[in-house]
Amino acid sequence: MMGAKHFGARVKRLEDPALLAGRGRFVDDLKLPGLLHACFVRSPHAHAMVGEIDSRAAMAMPGVHAVLTADDLPESMRRTPIPMLTPNPAITAARTQTVLARDEVHCVGQPIAVVIADSRYIAEDAAAAVTVNYDVLAAVADCRAAIKDGAPRAHSDLQSNVAARFPLAYGDIDAAFAGAAHVFEEAIWQHRGGGMALETRAVLASHDPVADVLTVWSGTQTPHLGRGMLADLLNRNIESIRMIAPDVGGGFGPKAIFYPEEAVIPAAALKLGRPVKWIEDRREHFLCATQERDQYWDMAIAVDDAGKILGLRGRMLHDSGAFLPWGIISPYIAAVTVPGPYVVPAYRIETVVVLTNKVPTTPVRGASRPQAVFAMERLLDHVARELRLDRAEVRRRNFIQPEQMPYAVGLLFRDGKPLVYDSGDYPKGQETALALAGYDSFRERQRAALDQGRLIGIGIGNYVEGTGLGPFEGVTVRVLPSGKVAVATGATNQGQGTRTTLSQIVAEQVGCRIEDIVMTIGDTGAIAQGVGAFASRQAVNAGCSAQLAGQAVRCQIIALAARALGVNESDIDLDDGHAIAATGNKPTMPLGELARLAQGIPGVSLPAGQAAGLEHTAYYTPPQAAYCSGTHVAEVEVDHMTGGVKILNYTVAHDSGRVINPLIVDGQVQGGVAHGIGNALLEWMRYDDNAQPLTTTFADYLLPMATDVPTCAIAHVETVNPLNPLGVKGAGEGGTIPAPAAIISAIEDALAPFNVHFAETPLTPERIVAALRAAGAYERLQSA
Amino acid sequence: MGKQATRITVNGKSHARVVEARLTLADFLRHELGLTGTHLGCEHGVCGACTVLVDGRSARSCLMFAVQANGCEVTTVEGLTPDGGLSVLQQAFIDNHGLQCGFCTPGMLITLTELLRDNAEPSEQEVREVLTGNLCRCTGYAGIVKAALDAAQRLRGGTPCLPSPASGAGK
Amino acid sequence: MKPAPFDYHAPRQLKEAAELLATLPNAKILAGGQSLVAMMNFRYVIVDHLVDLAHVDDLRGIAVIDGHLRIGAMMRQRDLEFSAEVARHCPLLAQALRHVGHRQTRNRGTIGGSLAHADPAAELAAVCAAYDAVLHLASIRGLRSVPFRDFSLGFMATALAPDEMIAAIELPIWRAGHGHGFHEFARRQGDFALAGAAALLDIGADNVVRRAALALFGVAEQPVRVEAAEAALTGKVADATAIQTAAAAAWLIEPISDIHAGGDYRRHLAQVLSARALVDAARRTGVDV
Repeated sequence: MMGAKHFGARVKRLEDPALLAGRGRFVDDLKLPGLLHACFVRSPHAHAMVGEIDSRAAMAMPGVHAVLTADDLPESMRRTPIPMLTPNPAITAARTQTVLARDEVHCVGQPIAVVIADSRYIAEDAAAAVTVNYDVLAAVADCRAAIKDGAPRAHSDLQSNVAARFPLAYGDIDAAFAGAAHVFEEAIWQHRGGGMALETRAVLASHDPVADVLTVWSGTQTPHLGRGMLADLLNRNIESIRMIAPDVGGGFGPKAIFYPEEAVIPAAALKLGRPVKWIEDRREHFLCATQERDQYWDMAIAVDDAGKILGLRGRMLHDSGAFLPWGIISPYIAAVTVPGPYVVPAYRIETVVVLTNKVPTTPVRGASRPQAVFAMERLLDHVARELRLDRAEVRRRNFIQPEQMPYAVGLLFRDGKPLVYDSGDYPKGQETALALAGYDSFRERQRAALDQGRLIGIGIGNYVEGTGLGPFEGVTVRVLPSGKVAVATGATNQGQGTRTTLSQIVAEQVGCRIEDIVMTIGDTGAIAQGVGAFASRQAVNAGCSAQLAGQAVRCQIIALAARALGVNESDIDLDDGHAIAATGNKPTMPLGELARLAQGIPGVSLPAGQAAGLEHTAYYTPPQAAYCSGTHVAEVEVDHMTGGVKILNYTVAHDSGRVINPLIVDGQVQGGVAHGIGNALLEWMRYDDNAQPLTTTFADYLLPMATDVPTCAIAHVETVNPLNPLGVKGAGEGGTIPAPAAIISAIEDALAPFNVHFAETPLTPERIVAALRAAGAYERLQSA
Repeated sequence: MGKQATRITVNGKSHARVVEARLTLADFLRHELGLTGTHLGCEHGVCGACTVLVDGRSARSCLMFAVQANGCEVTTVEGLTPDGGLSVLQQAFIDNHGLQCGFCTPGMLITLTELLRDNAEPSEQEVREVLTGNLCRCTGYAGIVKAALDAAQRLRGGTPCLPSPASGAGK
Repeated sequence: MKPAPFDYHAPRQLKEAAELLATLPNAKILAGGQSLVAMMNFRYVIVDHLVDLAHVDDLRGIAVIDGHLRIGAMMRQRDLEFSAEVARHCPLLAQALRHVGHRQTRNRGTIGGSLAHADPAAELAAVCAAYDAVLHLASIRGLRSVPFRDFSLGFMATALAPDEMIAAIELPIWRAGHGHGFHEFARRQGDFALAGAAALLDIGADNVVRRAALALFGVAEQPVRVEAAEAALTGKVADATAIQTAAAAAWLIEPISDIHAGGDYRRHLAQVLSARALVDAARRTGVDV
């Protein structure tokens, strides 16, 4: 935006000072008089019938107030499965959890009862004393095993473990393959793991009997959705429920889901007439917070002699876990993301979504796009290798060109609309990344390293990502008589700087100072409708609503100021919290005074055309997703003796449309890359054959540390989104999506002298050594 | 079982309390004293969100019982924050986008305070190595590392960020 | 993840600590707490009494006595990491300490605690194995000395009686000019090693190896001295071939296998890291390998 003061600037974050001083307000920091504490009794079995629950010993312990089971819950939530927010006709087994299990449990950790006590310490003592009779059933742990005949059923009343099956196709795939000069295949295993935010889940509920308002603070990404769920489950007037997401320590997807605990704790608070708090511990988080997990892809690519894609086909098996709280969003997104930035004339993929007795899978940063990109990029590397073409060149030959925008892929996206890329310059993105990474001179560096006995490699990953998904995210802007500007939004914040970016937009429009904005986010009491944070949607949805609301209020201010100062509207400018007339002796009026004027006088009509107050609520509704893109280039060193991998350099060219705050966007990219590195090399949520989780601590489940994540070189390629007033796209996930593809490609490149190939993540040192051994790399080393 | 009288100095102020032996130092700080800046991310000693200074040395407060801190001086993030302002290190975090959700941040500040006190000119590698005891899931560490190096540079130019710690060698 | 209730004791004398351990039922020593308290938080360990040794002065101190470096069991790892005596007399220990956990854990963790806990991947146990350390154990029955190879019994198992504590560790000091080498492979900095090698070499002016010690950790249930490797090197000229041949003997150990690494991979790492540690040790004596 030309001449913009705040939009596009590296504005320092408003959130920072309080958080730095230790004055954050996370759910566990909130204190209420009479507070009680909860601990859940959870199934130790992956699959079992639940028999008698004996809580007498627990109830007898001092400080224990209640032990609640499903039978103690309100009728409306006793045996009702939690509603599924994203139904799809392809789902044949639409299973979601009941709030507390009473008959059958389907994964380790599923909650069966809750203890309410004076402290979490006592509640844990009591929970250990609750005895539950289980009739253990056979569990199914692996989605490949689950679809075989005779496999144990994840749900004992279902005939099959297949929850959904859907084909996606366009073009004449058979002809493409029949006539192809070359066909290459890959069998790909991908595992992702969890979001693993540093703050675990948390719920605090309190009922005010005088106003009959139930207030719930939850570490959620979606308080409005949560409130709606609670209204249904409690059979309670939605207007009497207020859900607030205070400071939340990271989201990354799993906190967008509505969980059983978010219903049980409010029910307990209502029943006991006292506020109740539940703070999840890390072990519970490993057991119960949703994850993304295993996908098995069998893919084939048909190309001509020049490496141009003729078609792509295959099959994907997706482990959904025991339930489908968010339907088949993840596998669907993966299936439609495969074509990416490339021209794929024909495509067919068959997706099978499978139930297993593990915690459900729902979108985690990237929402299965990393898997789709990995599949496509592995195939392209395969093409490059077989046709002896440079990997960047193969991609270049297949890019959708910028002149082809808007580009209809031929599929329906998960937003319900045709998958049409609105804008993007993929060749420029790759070129920018390659130049920044010094790709052209890499072979020299690689040879020099080899002379020193070091194996280094470089890899590329490209992606396209649909962001900014609807339906909407509203913003209210209101100028207060004090001169402050109140802003309310259904958008939430788990670290992405929502308050700061929206303040930049509003301040730009309304002409106030950023520090005069008083913003309420994540509070259903502040704005009527809301959705929340996921799918990198807030910059588009809330950003555009802020723009529209800000613009509307700007017009109101200008009209009122013009009338008050006796000048033309075109002579009014807004800056620094004042309306300033450009003529005469340049009189000014502070915004607060205008707000007071706008309230009128009791009993007196407002002048014709004047609005009531200075306020506007806008709910921008995007017509379709906004398509981001980018290119990652990873440079790695592999110790071929230990299999150890070090990432030497990491380069990103990132297109998320117009950038509201480059500081924040760079932070999202860098943070996203860290997740991608974890996915590629470290993070593996392991289960045994009985679906018992094996990695339930931070010592076993490996998150990237400061020595694992280099500082990325980031270039911004801004292709303006023509479909929204700000020209913005989402930015939260792009750092993650192509990272595993680029990193595994780089590892393969480093190990080129041994001709080993990988199509799996996480790729561990042990697997690298095993591959090298099979390729004969160690024959000299091993003696007797 | 197990209630114990204990006296702990926190951020320069002495607190005498009778507590259960099993009350962790983290929970003592957060709930007994209301100093909620110290956070719990794992309760098994890996994530570092609970890091405080005990007699001047960084320690995971989830792996200590309050009774162990009897007679000790504890510094939390609140104690690193000057009245009415921010320290050089905290300002460096703002300037270098060293935090996003803020949950790991207090632990990061404590660890880096110890580092900068003991090593006025750390290399980037030294900063990264010392930060391996603190996990961050949001930032990808780049902003934190930059903030640390930036703060080190500013501090070498003059303003100290913390009074010298109580000598705790050998205890 | 809150621990179960217990009573806490903070004795100031060794005798008092020994009496508490002998008389209190279901009592455990609290040293640095970096392993124990985590297990208590998980409730994998439930105790009725904790005996905190932090205030027992007799359990601290570093001294050179009779060609040995004597270290009090309650010495914090960080104090050893920065000790001039450790650096001068037992540089292998100094180097190993840099790999033990993270700064925060080394600030509180103790050498005695690590040895009593006996995790197979513990660096300090491997160092004791390499040095043929002698552990001094204390109880109400008095003091007894146990060589490390008799102290370490198996997977997280030691010769400590239930009411006994480590009071001090003695490391024999190798001849001035000896070389040390230490390599481990872990998934991330400070993680438990999947495999590691600690090596000591005493090489004469003729480049002939007078004495060799090679201890592996992380690969088996307890630290392992690779005697075949030591024998293969002793009396030989220290060169690349001799070291590779010696390191190959590491393949003969019985590895553990778990979700972090399989047995074959650990064996492979054992060989690779043994070679690297031996090369470093040789180079540190001045031999150009």
